[in-house]
Amino acid sequence: MKTHLVFDDNDPQSELSTLNLGPTHPATHGVFQNVLQLDGERIVSGVSTIGYIHRAFEKIAEHRPFYQITPLTDRLNYCSSPINNMGWHMTVEKLLGITTPKRVDHMRIIIMELARIADHIVCNGVLGVDTGAFTGFLYMMKYREHIYEIYEEICGSRLTTNIGRIGGFERNFNTIAFDKIRKFLNDFPSVLKEFEALFNRNRIFIDRTKDVAAVTPEQALSYSWSGPILRATGVDYDVRVMEPYSSYDEFDFEVPVGVNGDVYNRFLVRNEEMWQSLRLIEQALGKIEKESSEIFHADVPEFYLPPKEEVYNNMEALIYHFKIVMGEINTPNTEVYHAVEGANGELGFYLVNDGGRSPYRLHFRRPSFINYQMYAPMSRGMLLSDAIINMSSLNIIAGELDA
Amino acid sequence: MGKISNEELLNSIKAKFENEVRNFTEPFGLLTFETDRENIIDLLTFLKNDEKLQFIYLTDITAIHYPESEKPIGVIYHLHSLVNNVRVRIKAFLADGDVHMPTATGLWNGANWMERETYDFFGVVFDGHPDLRRILNVDDLTVFPMRKEYPLEDPNRVDKRDYFFGR
Repeated sequence: MKTHLVFDDNDPQSELSTLNLGPTHPATHGVFQNVLQLDGERIVSGVSTIGYIHRAFEKIAEHRPFYQITPLTDRLNYCSSPINNMGWHMTVEKLLGITTPKRVDHMRIIIMELARIADHIVCNGVLGVDTGAFTGFLYMMKYREHIYEIYEEICGSRLTTNIGRIGGFERNFNTIAFDKIRKFLNDFPSVLKEFEALFNRNRIFIDRTKDVAAVTPEQALSYSWSGPILRATGVDYDVRVMEPYSSYDEFDFEVPVGVNGDVYNRFLVRNEEMWQSLRLIEQALGKIEKESSEIFHADVPEFYLPPKEEVYNNMEALIYHFKIVMGEINTPNTEVYHAVEGANGELGFYLVNDGGRSPYRLHFRRPSFINYQMYAPMSRGMLLSDAIINMSSLNIIAGELDA
Repeated sequence: MGKISNEELLNSIKAKFENEVRNFTEPFGLLTFETDRENIIDLLTFLKNDEKLQFIYLTDITAIHYPESEKPIGVIYHLHSLVNNVRVRIKAFLADGDVHMPTATGLWNGANWMERETYDFFGVVFDGHPDLRRILNVDDLTVFPMRKEYPLEDPNRVDKRDYFFGR
């Protein structure tokens, strides 16, 4: 095997030392390797190595029917799997020309915003841990658990959710799910307030994060950043507003932006986004009540698997079941790009279809992959301890980084 | 959708690159066209720096492989004009045995890893790239795994043959 000597350590004249940060360093919360050249505690230069958990999803997807690709998307950003699932369903629906009923759109918004909150809870909680404050993390983590319980009520699983189907959901939300969502909406604001009280004006936290890893909008755009970290620099790019999907355009919410793109600003932007997500869920619950409570998927029998009891008793359902499973339904021969606002930024699906049962080519535009490439260049001149919290605040998820 | 329509966009591109661009399509409202590798950097520079268009955001670079075609490897750029809220997709196809492409790293820093990923999976060599190495796969891999001739599974396996499933 070829070995790359990143930095020459054998030069006796050199006063610089080389440090392998990762691949399994406890401070990086995931499989990230950065070879750093240090002058004392200051980073002179660094090289990122990625791909430790590359699983060839794009290749596998070329051999799977559309509905079997959903579980692959789960494993991109596994902190907010439902957003990936919904993004994939919407891509296929766009390709097939399926319009979903309003109630499905609102159900999707509820589940996507819950996922966004879950993701931001982890990111901001861990940022607190990395700056030495464990308390906030413990307060918030309990509520991520409550969100996972809501997922469990809706789809049966917690982390890699495989939630929803092409055209809608596999089953309706039950009353327990709605009760749990309402309870979450009721309980979480006071906790988030407490969390903000712990951090927002905390002198130690501000000293640790203010002006650390500040990024200008020009730099951020040149590196194709997206999501909360781009908005922290002051650029108000949010896919939910620019290209509304799932009737986000009917909702009333704000896009928080930061001022100078440092770690502190990213933290504040994420906190504010959680408040906005709560607003969105509240509105979606109100809108759902106005719709017929029986609707939870679009009427597309060619693509939506019928319930099993119907397959055994109904001829038509059996035919459709067979056609879907054997992939005997024609799909359009075209290409589609669909983006959703993932918890980390623009999550895009570029799908080239040749009319078969599986994609001819599927490419994931993964925000973590694109956001992470500035990490090594921007660490130059930074203290090692600042580089650690910079990585936490970028919220790089290894699954999404490596696909 | 955006502040400028695809028609306006098309006209301003055609005014500058009349003979260099072709095969205009609009799948799902996203203007798509083809060009050659000789013009790609000029075209990207124009789209990025034009005062009206302002395609300052590079969404993605990726590639596609059509083994049957005369020029099998296509490099695909997605650009986004945040001011006008319009996207555009540009493709440039390359002949087998000459998969070279000029780099876009001079225009966007973000193109660096996107091009490395494209090289890693399709073997497209981006000329002028500062650090063209494999990024997700191991360094000593000898193939480009996203090309169609590269099988997903061991081709000698017999337990997954279609006839076992009535196909």
